[in-house]
Amino acid sequence: MKELFPMKQILGFVFSLLLTVIALAVYFLDMSFSTGMTILLATAFIQAAVQLVVFMHAGETKDKGAIYTNVYYGVFIALATVFGTLLTMIWGYN
Amino acid sequence: MDFFDRFAIPHPSLAIYASMVAIVLTVIAIVVGLTYFKKWGYLWREWLTTVDHKRIGIMYLISALLMLFRGGVDALMMRAQLAVPENTLLDAQHYNEVFTTHGVVMILFMAMPFIMALMNFVVPLQIGARDVAFPRLNALSFWLFFFGAMLFNISFVVGGSPDAGWTSYFPLAGNEFSTSVGTNYYMIAIQIAGIGTLMTGINFITTILKMRAPGMTLMKMPMFTWSSLIANVIIVFAFPVLTVALAMGTLDRLFGTHFFTTNNGGMDMLWANLFWVWGHPEVYILILPAFGIYSEVISTFARRNLYGYKSMVASMVIISLLSFLVWVHHFFTMGQGALTNSIFSITTMAIAVPTGVKIFNWLFTLYKGKIEITTPMLYALLFIPLFTIGGVTGVMLGMSAADYQYHNTMFLVAHFHMVIIPGVVFAMLAGLTYYWPKMFGFMLNERIGKITAWTIGISTLVAFMPMFFTGLDGQARRMYTYSESTGFGPLNMVSFVGAIGLAIGFILLVYNVYYSIRYASRDISADPWDARTLEWATHSPVPEYNFAIVPHVKSEEALWDAKKKRHILFQGNYEKIHMPNNSGVPFIMGSIFFIWGFALVFSLWPLAIIATIGILACMAHRSMEIDHGRYISVKEIEETETKLRGAK
Repeated sequence: MKELFPMKQILGFVFSLLLTVIALAVYFLDMSFSTGMTILLATAFIQAAVQLVVFMHAGETKDKGAIYTNVYYGVFIALATVFGTLLTMIWGYN
Repeated sequence: MDFFDRFAIPHPSLAIYASMVAIVLTVIAIVVGLTYFKKWGYLWREWLTTVDHKRIGIMYLISALLMLFRGGVDALMMRAQLAVPENTLLDAQHYNEVFTTHGVVMILFMAMPFIMALMNFVVPLQIGARDVAFPRLNALSFWLFFFGAMLFNISFVVGGSPDAGWTSYFPLAGNEFSTSVGTNYYMIAIQIAGIGTLMTGINFITTILKMRAPGMTLMKMPMFTWSSLIANVIIVFAFPVLTVALAMGTLDRLFGTHFFTTNNGGMDMLWANLFWVWGHPEVYILILPAFGIYSEVISTFARRNLYGYKSMVASMVIISLLSFLVWVHHFFTMGQGALTNSIFSITTMAIAVPTGVKIFNWLFTLYKGKIEITTPMLYALLFIPLFTIGGVTGVMLGMSAADYQYHNTMFLVAHFHMVIIPGVVFAMLAGLTYYWPKMFGFMLNERIGKITAWTIGISTLVAFMPMFFTGLDGQARRMYTYSESTGFGPLNMVSFVGAIGLAIGFILLVYNVYYSIRYASRDISADPWDARTLEWATHSPVPEYNFAIVPHVKSEEALWDAKKKRHILFQGNYEKIHMPNNSGVPFIMGSIFFIWGFALVFSLWPLAIIATIGILACMAHRSMEIDHGRYISVKEIEETETKLRGAK
């Protein structure tokens, strides 16, 4: 019975609902712009990871290595591009 | 007649009218020729609808050579204009259009398809596969590239060429300063071709990861396949940035948005930023497969296994990461602070380390090798010193403080030509000569080939070395003329002579093809170079199914070890082979994309909407279509194999 009950998926579903509620709170609670954006970004990334691992079954086939390498590579490039652009055009701009 | 006014050229000249006539005559000649020789059916069945990776590779190759001609003519016009001071061959506007076209054509429509040609032809053979993972998608990639290129190429006779440089920086490329439809062509044609490239990236990553012959682990893949894998990974991560940037630019130009404008919250510098976020990885998309070709050629003709296989792979992986961290060095002078520039200076210099590792690996492969100087090897040997000149001047440009001196001068132009020509063009010519017998079943003439290689090698130096000096003396790039008192005249004349030399090199290349078609022996073995990897284990020209029996691989150099250590590649009996069916949909969809692009360029909204529906209809058709492919029977395989063996 235990093997048939999708515990991981149900917990994942509850967790993703929780993340949605936290993100929604940014709209209803009064907070500064930067705090709000930080919460939204953090919950968005965690949400994406939950979807990928729990519901899109990354890591459950023998392609696990290729899939995770790809994801890490993508995250690295996205972060480098976004922060590099911010550095170039805003923070480091005279 | 108002409707047709928009198609007029805003800045006509005699040369453009002559080109119009030439284009019309060529099209008529092709149509008449095809009809007269009754080749329409052949063209449609064997080429336009093909999903065979080898034929798609050959079509890429033909497109690349045509575009090399077009870009080369543009280059000759520029060098002729600059050969003497105060020249009036081209005026400023015309010169702008020519250098813009030259840049776009050479990078996106010559170098890219050349690389795609070799990747398409070689990679499935090297890994012992029957085709790529998604053959239909592969055909679509080609036709999107092709129609994108054609759309770009008609710009100069219909509506006017883009004239804002191949980088197309805003605000210059915005509606305020570029009023003709030229820059629309740039945005939309590159978009269409870019979607095709992105699909190729996905296709080849899947092919290389999933379709290798049994026994070929990742670390037993030939080096060209490794370099293609890395290049395609970079494509998949870099091209979406270009897609987005071009879409934003298109919205700015056609729909009045304010992404890159200087008012209403727009940020013109963001274009330069996004362009180079794609643009620098693009450089490595071009150079890594070229490095792969050199690795194959050098180890074949030094008769040694490649020195430092693992370090070659590691250096490419590191390059693929670093290539995304250096883009700001293309605009050090845009105004970001010293800290930002220093960070990107350091990452730029860091990338010279893995590149250096590769250069030393080639040198160590040559060391104590039994070197045989064939045409491909000659290109590889010319590449090493010439590329090093381009490389070290690149490190000079990479120092942000010094870059203020070199920025936007001919020094920069000389640098990137000395990198791209020996790096990419020599590699492609080496690859073309090396794989020619596999593609067509006869070899290119070695004697003419070597003369061509020397002509191109020396002319590259003659054409581009003078620019280093005029650049340091202050000659700016993209200036259509200069006064005599600057003293740039003589060196620019030398450069013009070099450009003519390169043109002669191209003519020799074409002559070599003609000569070899007429006189070369068809009686060659499947492995005329005594090579080391799997693609040489099948017949030349390659049968449709590539390998009658799927090879079993035990080492990095499968064929060499089969020859020397008696590894058995092919065991078992023939079995029926599953192959994909041909399809006309990719070609039709490409044509509709062409119409869609043309409609957007000229803001013909009803036509654009109809074309969009057409594209969606093609996609829906593909989704509903039931096509399980077909089987080649054992009898058919036996017949083909006997015939091909008999020919040897």
